[in-house]
Amino acid sequence: MSETGGRAIGVETVGMTKIFGSLVALEDVSIRVRPGTLHALLGENGAGKSTLVKCMMGFYQPTRGEMLVDGQEAAIRNPREASDAKLGMVYQHFTLVPSLTAAENLVVSRPDCPAVIDWAHEILALEDFMARMPFRVPLATPVANLSAGEKQKLEILKQLYLDRRFVVLDEPTSVLTPDEADEMLSLLKGMTQRGELTILMITHKFREVTAYADEVSILRRGRLVGGGLVGEMTTDEMARAMIGDTAIRERAARLEHGQTSVVLDLSAVYASDDDGLPAVTSVDLKVHAGEIVGIAGVSGNGQSELIEVLSGQRDLDDGRILVRGQGFEPVRDQMDRLKVFSLQEEPLRNSAVPRMTVAENIALRTFDKPPITSLGWWLSPGPMRKKARELIDRYRVKTPSTEEPMENLSGGNVQRAVLARELSGDVDVLIVANPCFGLDFASVSEIRTQILEQRNRGAAVLLVSEDLDEILELADRVAVMSGGRITLQAPIGATDRTAIGHAMAGGH
Amino acid sequence: MPVPRGAVATPQVVEPPIGPRVRIEPRDGAAGPRDRIAEPHHRFAPPPPGDPPLTAVDATTALPTADASARRRVILASVEAVLVPIAAVAVAVGLFSVFLVALGKSPQTFFELLWRGGFGTAFSWQNTLTRTAPLIFTALAVALPARLGLMIIGGEGALVIGGFAAAVVALPFLGVAPAWVILPVMFVAAALAGATWIGFVGALRHARAVNETISSLLMFYIAVAILNFFVEGALRSPADPNKPSTTPIGSENMIGVIPGLEVHWGLAFGVVLAIAAHVLMTRTTFGFAARVTGGNVRAARAQGLPVGRLMIAACALAGAAAGIAGFFEVAAILGKANASLVAGYGFTGILVSFLARHNPIAIPPVAVLFGGLAAAGGLIQRRMGLPDATVQVLQGLIFLTILLSETVYGRIPFLKPEGRR
Repeated sequence: MSETGGRAIGVETVGMTKIFGSLVALEDVSIRVRPGTLHALLGENGAGKSTLVKCMMGFYQPTRGEMLVDGQEAAIRNPREASDAKLGMVYQHFTLVPSLTAAENLVVSRPDCPAVIDWAHEILALEDFMARMPFRVPLATPVANLSAGEKQKLEILKQLYLDRRFVVLDEPTSVLTPDEADEMLSLLKGMTQRGELTILMITHKFREVTAYADEVSILRRGRLVGGGLVGEMTTDEMARAMIGDTAIRERAARLEHGQTSVVLDLSAVYASDDDGLPAVTSVDLKVHAGEIVGIAGVSGNGQSELIEVLSGQRDLDDGRILVRGQGFEPVRDQMDRLKVFSLQEEPLRNSAVPRMTVAENIALRTFDKPPITSLGWWLSPGPMRKKARELIDRYRVKTPSTEEPMENLSGGNVQRAVLARELSGDVDVLIVANPCFGLDFASVSEIRTQILEQRNRGAAVLLVSEDLDEILELADRVAVMSGGRITLQAPIGATDRTAIGHAMAGGH
Repeated sequence: MPVPRGAVATPQVVEPPIGPRVRIEPRDGAAGPRDRIAEPHHRFAPPPPGDPPLTAVDATTALPTADASARRRVILASVEAVLVPIAAVAVAVGLFSVFLVALGKSPQTFFELLWRGGFGTAFSWQNTLTRTAPLIFTALAVALPARLGLMIIGGEGALVIGGFAAAVVALPFLGVAPAWVILPVMFVAAALAGATWIGFVGALRHARAVNETISSLLMFYIAVAILNFFVEGALRSPADPNKPSTTPIGSENMIGVIPGLEVHWGLAFGVVLAIAAHVLMTRTTFGFAARVTGGNVRAARAQGLPVGRLMIAACALAGAAAGIAGFFEVAAILGKANASLVAGYGFTGILVSFLARHNPIAIPPVAVLFGGLAAAGGLIQRRMGLPDATVQVLQGLIFLTILLSETVYGRIPFLKPEGRR
């Protein structure tokens, strides 16, 4: 088992290139992660960060380029060889077995895990191991009962237990509250400073880079476009390197509305998750016309269930949803009459049909109305295509034709097509969930602008986002969800990151 | 508390290199058989072109080729859609030949007789087409729900119930009303009975989440039991001492043949119904909503579509189609309801629908093929001394290879549009 102290190893890539078909995902990237440092890898979605670390971890074979581990050339042909070279990775989403305890998770992850496990012996060894670690997790508790922060710690402990000396962390703080994130990163920083570990951290949060990283490398469109010691770079320089000269659409100005009426009114809403356990508990929320109410919270605290209830994908257990004072049930004629629209996360899963064409997907709201439909049932593809072409132009959806299956479009363009469908009409209520997840800066800016424009036009917008910055930027009022309840509700000016962070962790 | 999304450490958990998360799906086979059954077309998912601002390939290089590559992709996909089933049938024929050789029979003789018995003469054609008609209906009974992602395998039950209902409803009219009154009444009764039968399966699925494949199969056994209960009991006709049957509707009330073809009108009606089903799925709001539901039920719900009602409606239509098969069996072939209704057309229809990739337009020609197979059974039995069931062995092998072939779509190297890893 691992002994700590002075064992961190450095890793270097030389001219790493990865080509998928006609797509150059990574081009000539040489980065050097010195031993005992916390190195940040910055870049937008699709910049090649994941491709780079997958090449390093042996999941992909680079088309060209090589790797040096501790100064020695090393061919990592598969994840097992990466493990042999003491390289490891912690994924963005947990890879622990929820029903097993921490101790069981650690022991079964060992490549030399014996067929018959002497638990008494293993527990003693694990306790000894834990005693030497800078942070601990309860060994006997099933992982399902651990908090997100504890799970993340356990993931990192697993890497140390497996004697990995160089660890890649893929957005390690995305599932943590701000407080948990700070605690975690300080501990990791301490470990690198003591020379126990070298860390390469994928992130897109500048705050984490400036506060914790020693060095940074920035990727854009598969190339290394900047980097160096964190102390020698400003956030502005990093941002410019990351975004490049892509034109970012100017954000629409926020119109001030006076006192407006309540449009969307949730009262004592209850819902259950897929296992029938309570997921949303007594949620009361009012959204006024021309207002964006942002629901913040760590993912998995009932936000997605709430959105599903509002969009008709999940049954309402109890409570009432009112739109302009009328009871609202998310069925087609009520959605049309009360002008309720939604932009959901992961559009290919929630709001588009992957194998139907772009034109058909754009017509999902209107296929049963004239001019596409006549006599109430006869469908005419002509008007459908015409309308689709119009919206494809207006919303700049990049597609070879209206007849292309939706699944062949890139993420940004799928979201744009859905945007075209949901926002081109007259919107009274807009329900939005993580609309910018996985999109590049230009698309993010455009989508946020569209949401703001709907607000300015007087729509009531309910925005659920795991990205606190998105909420702070867009919302007029913030509500925090934790454990299925609203734990804080305040106008955006009357609260701050700290208060929101505490509410996310369940504090009141 | 966050729900861990990937339970075990696998490379698939990681964010894909570029573009949307979906890209993982088609490659590792995560798209389940349900998806494949639901929407067999456009399966040929190449890597997304890549949003130009996100990738190293610039808009200038990615876009002009897009049109040509899209066309190329469509052509390759059609070639694939034809080649794969043919190859699957060929593999089945190969395996079946091995089976025959093991039995000490000549595969060559078998396939010659198969040809002669199914398609070789005017008489065999007539025999084949007579068996084609019910197969068209029962295949439609599989294809329509399949477009919504429902796998109904109990069409045979709806056929039996439909045929039984037709024979029973005719009883009070016999000798009282003319054929042009009796036949429409029988037709409607058969369609309604079948629609209720499979519609119930859809309702169970919607209301209680009962697996429609299992429940439709179990409903088949109930249908046979109901038929036997009445035919051997209260409704047994004294006219038929050997085989328990309902009272014959009489030759004056039977459906005639298509002039010049010597095949009953069920064939023509089946072809018309297949075309109507195609129009229904492609050119009506019902078909559109059904395709949305089959393609992505979450999106259908988010659009406020009545998913449950659509499922029940599709099941009811399927049941009606199978019930109509029962009507023609009674009104054109048997003249009464008895155990001969349980002839396996419902199960062969599953095979026909799969081979036709649940495309209503492709169902009639495929049904002819299987009609021929069934028609040749007798000849093979007489000439080769093989049991009648031998043809079913071939059918079973074809079904197996067709199901297996579902996994090769998108994986044939020379049919890939561009070098995917």
